[in-house]
Amino acid sequence: MPDGDTRNVLEVKNLQTVFGTRSGEVHAVNSVSFEVKPGELLGVVGESGSGKSVTMMSLIGLLPSPPAEVRQGEVLLEGEDLLKVTPARLRDVRGGEVGFIFQDPMTSLNPVFTVGYQIMEPLRRHMGLGKKQARARAVELLELVGIPGAAGRLGDFPHQFSGGMRQRVMIAIALACDPKVLIADEPTTALDVTIQAQILEIVERLRRELGMAIIWITHDLGVIAGIADRVLVMYGGQVVEQAPVHPLFNDPRHPYTRALLKTIPSVSGERAAKLQVIEGQPPILGAAPTACPFRSRCPLAFERCHAENPKREDVGPGHDVACFHPLAQTAAEETA
Amino acid sequence: MTPPLVEVRDLKMHFPIYAGILRKQVGAVKAVDGVSFDILEGETLGLVGESGCGKSTCGRAVLRLYDITDGEIVVDGRAIGGEDQRSLRRMRPTMQMVFQDPQACLNPRMTVGAIIGEPLVEHSGMSRAERTARVEELMDKVGLNRAFINRYPHEFSGGQRQRIGIARALALNPKFIVCDEPIAALDVSIQAQVVNLLEELQDSLGLTYLFISHDLSMVRHIADRVAVMYLGKVVELAPRDALYDAPLHPYTEALLSAVPEPDPAKAGQRKDRIVLQGDVPSPANPPEGCNFCTRCPKVMDVCREIDPEFREVQPGHWAACHLHDTE
Repeated sequence: MPDGDTRNVLEVKNLQTVFGTRSGEVHAVNSVSFEVKPGELLGVVGESGSGKSVTMMSLIGLLPSPPAEVRQGEVLLEGEDLLKVTPARLRDVRGGEVGFIFQDPMTSLNPVFTVGYQIMEPLRRHMGLGKKQARARAVELLELVGIPGAAGRLGDFPHQFSGGMRQRVMIAIALACDPKVLIADEPTTALDVTIQAQILEIVERLRRELGMAIIWITHDLGVIAGIADRVLVMYGGQVVEQAPVHPLFNDPRHPYTRALLKTIPSVSGERAAKLQVIEGQPPILGAAPTACPFRSRCPLAFERCHAENPKREDVGPGHDVACFHPLAQTAAEETA
Repeated sequence: MTPPLVEVRDLKMHFPIYAGILRKQVGAVKAVDGVSFDILEGETLGLVGESGCGKSTCGRAVLRLYDITDGEIVVDGRAIGGEDQRSLRRMRPTMQMVFQDPQACLNPRMTVGAIIGEPLVEHSGMSRAERTARVEELMDKVGLNRAFINRYPHEFSGGQRQRIGIARALALNPKFIVCDEPIAALDVSIQAQVVNLLEELQDSLGLTYLFISHDLSMVRHIADRVAVMYLGKVVELAPRDALYDAPLHPYTEALLSAVPEPDPAKAGQRKDRIVLQGDVPSPANPPEGCNFCTRCPKVMDVCREIDPEFREVQPGHWAACHLHDTE
């Protein structure tokens, strides 16, 4: 791969994460590779159980071990392999160079500490700020994410904030130390659409102003269409397709991506008489995959799909797909 | 013209708030505050709104799962607003409910057969053999394998559990089913399966649905008419296409514009997105005048004083907004 004009801030190569359970191993993440450039927003889509959250948590060692084990791979944050560093260094990275926004703002904020304390904690821990400075910066951060009367709310506890406001606080904490990479794990899934619109607007603005790389995990393709530059589609613990956002929506190559795009109704445009469905259930990842994970639900599956796990191959600029049947550009004709 | 299957008039459901050592009532959460609508036989009425707007409470109140504060409910020609729970029991087979969380609404210690058959035990004089036959028939109908009749809910996936919930609701051949966010807990690819199932059942059994959801795109797919709720009140009620193409209430407009489009080309050009500021006020202490006046981008002076009347602005298209006052 030729060197682009900007270096990747984060590179993940061949990541494999396995959970040991009483009924055997679960291969949650299988040889996942991707990279992110500064200022880029990478969307990660997939259903529950597709391994998207586990992948991101593996990156910065957030999974409890045991049962989780990152068995293989490299996670290069500006060239430094996060899977090899000491726990102390990893603690510096978490909340410092890598910020994390979790899905549920109620369970990820500590209910017995004030919001101000929780924002100041990373500032004092990572940036060595004094109490006064940290306080000033905390107010700045709360204003940045659009909380009215920021100075007066530092002493409030999480339960005194609404869902949308709590998610803003989470974003403020994640942003506290100017991270190079911000990982957002379904940050708006628990919120209503009008509040989601507010949060998306804030994230767009912050990305323009602060220029960090953002990895945005979601199952909502509508959100992805609106904010992402590039998209990873995950299924059964693997990346099945990667593409810039326009080709992904206009010319999806993997049968799963295509089916997924067809199952969602829209608030405008044509209204289909019947929703398209993907028959069957997502796979259970009991063993290391030796075949395509989507084979049992795929309309195009043939013998090779049952015998061999396809590797990702380039089909266009920045567009790769793991399928023996990379659908030709006849997608449009077929739908019509 | 046949009368509507369900008629709701000025439905109110207030939950009292008690405080102090004497537990005196100090106020009320006005979860549903004067809601009126009709549902015709065989149609699906979508009920949308943000969390906390009272849509679930409204659905439960219509089935009289609560003792309502005020209002009238007529289901299948019978007024049930003031009936006591004992006499309501005889009405229950006509009206059923599918719940949001298929994990929480199924008893983990009962087999699927027992869960689906329980309404039959309660309401019909069927023998054990007849019940088993009926349960198997229902399982076929919702696409569950008959062989799983003795399994427990935890052995099923989310989508299959929701099918169990639907089979249970169908057991007594109801006419009217309230679906309270039946797909909210499911994955996108499974949501489509469940929605298609609900539509097929409606066609073959002539069911009437009140479909409660916060997913505006799914409601557009399934509903014939749509009611939009905000803070305990229906602010707009219209046939599906009229509501989505030409909403009359500023809240509906904002809600629709906030739904992300699954198309990057459209998302790019949509500069007209209305982002509402602030949060929904507390239903214990709603604002003076129009409930939406604190967040409305088109607020006028009159909105802060007088609560707009819910009236038919165009034929079949109802809205509660001063923008559409005639004078």
